[in-house]
Amino acid sequence: METEKAEGLGRYLVVFTGALLFWLLLTGSLDSQELLAGLLASAVVAVMAAPRMGILSGIRWSPVLPLQVARYLGVFFLALLRSNFDMARRVLSPALPIRPALVEVKTSLQSDLGRLLLANSITLTPGTLTVDVEGERLLVHWIDASPGTDLESATRAIVSQFETHLREFLE
Amino acid sequence: MRLVGDLFLLLGSAFLFLGALGLVRMPDVFNRIQAGAKAATLGVLGVLVGIAFLQPGWWPKLLAIGLFILFTNPVGSSTLARAIRIAGVRPWQKPAEESRALEEKS
Amino acid sequence: MNLNPIENLALALLGGAVLLGLYRLLRGPSAVDRLVAADTLSVVITGAIVVVAWLFASALYLDVALVYGVLAFVGTVAMARALEGGRS
Repeated sequence: METEKAEGLGRYLVVFTGALLFWLLLTGSLDSQELLAGLLASAVVAVMAAPRMGILSGIRWSPVLPLQVARYLGVFFLALLRSNFDMARRVLSPALPIRPALVEVKTSLQSDLGRLLLANSITLTPGTLTVDVEGERLLVHWIDASPGTDLESATRAIVSQFETHLREFLE
Repeated sequence: MRLVGDLFLLLGSAFLFLGALGLVRMPDVFNRIQAGAKAATLGVLGVLVGIAFLQPGWWPKLLAIGLFILFTNPVGSSTLARAIRIAGVRPWQKPAEESRALEEKS
Repeated sequence: MNLNPIENLALALLGGAVLLGLYRLLRGPSAVDRLVAADTLSVVITGAIVVVAWLFASALYLDVALVYGVLAFVGTVAMARALEGGRS
């Protein structure tokens, strides 16, 4: 019971901090009145929204969390850049070199947040688009699937690069 | 400063243009989502970074817009793709591949 | 404001992107194609509004872009839900 309570309290803190940071970005000033209004608004948001933010419980808290998130973001942005050049190449070549197919892949991430981030990452990486998530199976539209791709090889090609990084800070 | 901003702006606009071109050229709705989702996300981020260099005082709000788009755009695209599949649309396959697959079977 | 060639080219590409998106929106051929076009177009236009804010040197337009982006996302998800047939 005690740990559950602590976790609930942490959730309030996360929502509060997030809302306050967003407020600071929107106002773009550190004026004391703006700050006071922001603190109040964030507190109201935290009280109202935190009990419904069960999605946050998938995070594994640790001192190196920011580092791990930063590394994941680095991998992610590289993939996003690659995916855009890949897409540009396909769109610009007259022959339109695509071999689209729907493939299934498997994830070992257990939490909703982990699967959400994984699905987002897949959507923004070269040639793949998450179509549906059912439990640990993800349905992916692959723009250049080689014929005879099975679950294992598709998982290796699409999922593993992100999963290893996501698993460091998510259940 | 202005030149750096201009280059980011140009890069972002170019990706947005390519994404829209993909929207027109791709043969079926799933491939169109693919082109749209990726190119639009990076394109808008490029434009935002460019404007942040051109108008340095605006960076907090530009960052807020960028973060919002980075998180919501792929979610929107995936939701749309899921709905389209549930609505019964199946992905397009290359005609040549289909006929070859048929030949191999027979 | 005087624009240099790079900026003019960027603006032309942005305009071209909007036109191509509009073409797909108007041509279809099916309703889902228009939906996808509208989704992509809304993101392109969010970027375009930010550029307009810079052209007019008015930070007010940034709020317009932010709200437009939020509404576009909510609209996309609502449309997707409607397409699924209102289950769940």
